[in-house]
Amino acid sequence: MLKILVVDDEPDVKDLFLQRFRREIRNAEFLLDFAKSGEEALSYLSDHSSEVVLILSDINMPGMSGFELLRHIREDFNIPPSPVVMMITAYGDPGSQEQALQLGANDFLTKPLDFAFLKQKLHDLA
Amino acid sequence: MNWSDGSSYIAIGIAIAVINYIRKFLDTPKQLPAWDVYLSKVWVLGLVLMTIGEVLPKPWLTWFWLIIFGAVAYTVRQLYHIRPARTLLLAIAPYTILVVIRDVLRFISPDFYKSTKVYFEAGSTFSFFWLITFMLIANNQKKAFAKVQQEREEEAEQRRIIEGKKNELEYLVAERTAEITRQKEELEQTLTELKATQNQLIHSEKMASLGELTAGIAHEIQNPLNFVNNFSEVSIELIDELSEEQTKADRDTELEAELLTDLKQNLQKISHHGGRAASIVKGMLQHSRSNTGQREPTDINALCDEYLRLAYHGLRAKDKTFNATFQTDFDTSLGKISVVPQELGRVLLNLFTNAFYAVQQRQKQGVSGYQPTVSASTRCIDSQVVITVADNGTGIPEAVKQKIFQPFFTTKPTGEGTGLGLSMAYDIVTKGHNGTLAVESKEGEGTKFILTIPA
Repeated sequence: MLKILVVDDEPDVKDLFLQRFRREIRNAEFLLDFAKSGEEALSYLSDHSSEVVLILSDINMPGMSGFELLRHIREDFNIPPSPVVMMITAYGDPGSQEQALQLGANDFLTKPLDFAFLKQKLHDLA
Repeated sequence: MNWSDGSSYIAIGIAIAVINYIRKFLDTPKQLPAWDVYLSKVWVLGLVLMTIGEVLPKPWLTWFWLIIFGAVAYTVRQLYHIRPARTLLLAIAPYTILVVIRDVLRFISPDFYKSTKVYFEAGSTFSFFWLITFMLIANNQKKAFAKVQQEREEEAEQRRIIEGKKNELEYLVAERTAEITRQKEELEQTLTELKATQNQLIHSEKMASLGELTAGIAHEIQNPLNFVNNFSEVSIELIDELSEEQTKADRDTELEAELLTDLKQNLQKISHHGGRAASIVKGMLQHSRSNTGQREPTDINALCDEYLRLAYHGLRAKDKTFNATFQTDFDTSLGKISVVPQELGRVLLNLFTNAFYAVQQRQKQGVSGYQPTVSASTRCIDSQVVITVADNGTGIPEAVKQKIFQPFFTTKPTGEGTGLGLSMAYDIVTKGHNGTLAVESKEGEGTKFILTIPA
């Protein structure tokens, strides 16, 4: 089972992901958890460090940004198996992408998310 | 009178002298030019009378004197309004009359004349002195008259000069008035142009802030639109799943109910996010629209929240690396306040944009552990709405603080700020809403703008 942590400040992201992956969740392929900020994500990770396989994080969030979260993950949770991190942003400029990859992101996705494409990626991971 | 009588020549000579004296004295060539032509030649009649006297006996000389006297009397009559002329007539009348009576008497009754000759001589002496005296008086009168005349002329001259000066002054005044009127018109023209320019500036400030907003707005609209699209697509999947379930022989009614609940929830979310996008577009239209100046009951908290987000995303769009925390502390008991929403929105947008700019500048200084924070709060204190916009940015130096509300004052690089934002905000709050806009700031610690509006 693929345990995924989704980090986004928009509350409806949770409902959207739950419905988009309802089949996978029902079939117990994926397990989704949600955090509304970078800080919340870090505290979640400190409790479930080795369980989470994949982190999907928004970059633009009030408070701790996605980049900062990414840096913390790579610094504080670097014991293998380190999680796969995919960054998501509405501003898909090359600068942000470069920065994300430099900070150790495994992938860089732009909003609006192509869920079919994302699903394929996740299945490949699983 | 005849050619051989010497006294005839003397009489003519005296007549010429008297006439000329009178002409000169009364200035007849000027006063009575038409009559003067005859008066000057009246002595010629003496020659005529002398010719007649050759044939006929006396008293022609008497006639001559009567004619001369008549001419003088006629002259005086025409100049009766001149006092010296009357006096002159009075001077010569007794002597002339006496002489005429004497001559007539001598001619008619030489005996009677002889017996009364003594009286006539005494009379003529007396009237001669009379003549001299009155001529002197007349002369004095003439001098006095001339003096009065001169004074009058001087007075008239004076008046003429004064009149001239007055005209000159009036001309100057008219000229000055025309000048001032022209200047006034020029100033009015300039004022009109200035007003037009001011309107254009206000418009361009609105457009500039709209430009700053565009990216923020795009982001803010993109987000709800993504949700609308995603929830629509998911709903189609749900419906597919539902119809698939309904065709099965053993239908999972629990799953069907769950799908239906989710569908309803999704439609509510679509509606919610659609409304979100619509309200952002509405806000944008309000912001760019020329001010209608209409106050309307407005949810101040919602307005603050909307512009806080727009300002944040506006700056984010320009600086991708920028990130800030924003905190809101709204007084939910505030209710709706009567304000001009697009005007107050412009003020809030300006304050928030400045706050985010200040924290961005401080973040660029690269102090470790710095967390850029912008906070907005609303309160109701003493029936006044107090909106506070605070940041922990660079702060404002004391010298700059004095000038921030002045038009065209900006600390931003050329081309980045119009310098009108805060001055317009100040006008909107103080003039438009009878409120106050105060600033508290400490360099290196942060800035707090406190906006107060009567509720």
